[in-house]
Amino acid sequence: MRVARHARLLGTQLKLSLVVAMQYRWDFIIDGVMSVFWTITALVPLYLVFQERPVIAGWRYGEALVVVGWFTLLDGVLKGAINPSLTTVIEHIRSGTLDFVLLKPADAQFLVSTARFAPWRSLSLLAAGAVFAYAFAQIGAPPSPGAVLTSLAMLVAGLTVLYSLWIVVVAVAFRAVRIDNLRYLFEAIFDAARWPASVFKGVVSFLFTFVIPLALMTTYPAEALLGRLTPERFGGALLGAALFAVLARVVWRRSIANYTSASS
Amino acid sequence: MRALRALPTLMHVGVSQAVAYRAEMLVWVLTTTMPLIMLPLWHAVAEEAPIRGFGQSRFTAYFLAAFVVRQVVGAWASWTINYEVRTGALSQRLLRPLHPLWTYATENLASIPMRAAIALPVGVAAFLLTGGAHLVRGPAMWAMIPFALFGAWCITFFAHVTIGALSLWMHQSIKVMDVWSAGFFVFSGYLVPVALFPEWLRDVPAYLPFVYQLGFPVDLLTGALTEGEALRQLGVQWLWVLGLAGLSALVWRRGLRRYGAFGG
Repeated sequence: MRVARHARLLGTQLKLSLVVAMQYRWDFIIDGVMSVFWTITALVPLYLVFQERPVIAGWRYGEALVVVGWFTLLDGVLKGAINPSLTTVIEHIRSGTLDFVLLKPADAQFLVSTARFAPWRSLSLLAAGAVFAYAFAQIGAPPSPGAVLTSLAMLVAGLTVLYSLWIVVVAVAFRAVRIDNLRYLFEAIFDAARWPASVFKGVVSFLFTFVIPLALMTTYPAEALLGRLTPERFGGALLGAALFAVLARVVWRRSIANYTSASS
Repeated sequence: MRALRALPTLMHVGVSQAVAYRAEMLVWVLTTTMPLIMLPLWHAVAEEAPIRGFGQSRFTAYFLAAFVVRQVVGAWASWTINYEVRTGALSQRLLRPLHPLWTYATENLASIPMRAAIALPVGVAAFLLTGGAHLVRGPAMWAMIPFALFGAWCITFFAHVTIGALSLWMHQSIKVMDVWSAGFFVFSGYLVPVALFPEWLRDVPAYLPFVYQLGFPVDLLTGALTEGEALRQLGVQWLWVLGLAGLSALVWRRGLRRYGAFGG
């Protein structure tokens, strides 16, 4: 019953975003061209680097491309579904209109998470598909069905972590209202996910595995798709994602409880 | 003359603003970490042997210098202009007895002390990590650095003003700025040092403005240029500055006529 109602709500929110997006059809072309362009900028350094060495940090060219594929896909999700909502929430918090959202008879976390979408960004999914095709053409063999399944499970884990981190960022916005450029920070950190995680060493590697688990978002799904993800990593990733989800829910509850609204 | 007399006051106001919004400033600085993301990748590539003269320590010097240069040559006038054109706030600015370009310039310049304070430790770290092996030598070269940095800032700023002023024609020119940024990403040496570009592409950046925004000052700072070469590039850089300054003045003046017709 609750699930059905929220599913219907999601449908409505998506439709609203789509209607808004249809008003700016030119953005479709520009966003499309730009997403192709940014995909290429992610590929060019890799291409140049692998001209110099056949194997870098344990990855071949085709394999590193799989990581870029996942990066492109998650980047599309980040910019198409997560960031537009983030911008909306921060604007709500600053102008005090979040109170109206909290009054609505639906879960507030659900409402703010689905507040806005940028449908044109779904073009990134096509770009990701093209990168995957190129990657497996380079490798010379398609992924096995089992590998595809585990990589999809990893994708779900990665998306969960990405979403949980986003909720934590919103919680920060509750306290430091002035910071309206948080989404750019989020995007800048996420940029590091375009390389296989083994490129990073020492403290940074620890940071990107456990604190901001970028490794879990792109490298693990890529390893899964290549059929070389170890069971320990698979289990650890699922467990980690579940932990992040719980943590995000707790953080959200606490920040809502402490939220004093703009007017009081 | 009047502009010169107002300059100290404007700078003072600007610096106070930068200090007041220091948290926001810090977040902006943290969004320009791309060189720090590129560095581990190149380190992994140069792990066994240097590539075309680039060893690990030279990569450290290059990308940390790129981070520092990026901080001190930053501008964001196009965003301000877009915002003010859309909201009509531009009218207030036009009422002041001073050309708006001066006020935009001081607003952007005033953030440099704060940004330099953040960038300085990174510069020192670069020096210590590389043992000073890749630092510019000789008084003539040192003398060129301030001019190269200021020239780089001017190119960035005038590009911002030119593109920002386009919003007087097309309501919004943020997306045009995105295209410029994309060019900057690829051709400035921000992601890949120009010296490591593939053969067929290596000569292209010299004919574009982007490399004079970043790559040239970085090469100068890391002692990669001979004196004659540095002087030649400095000359080309300032030709770009003059050209873009003229263009921005022209676009601004033409656009303003339309703005007057718009607001009535």
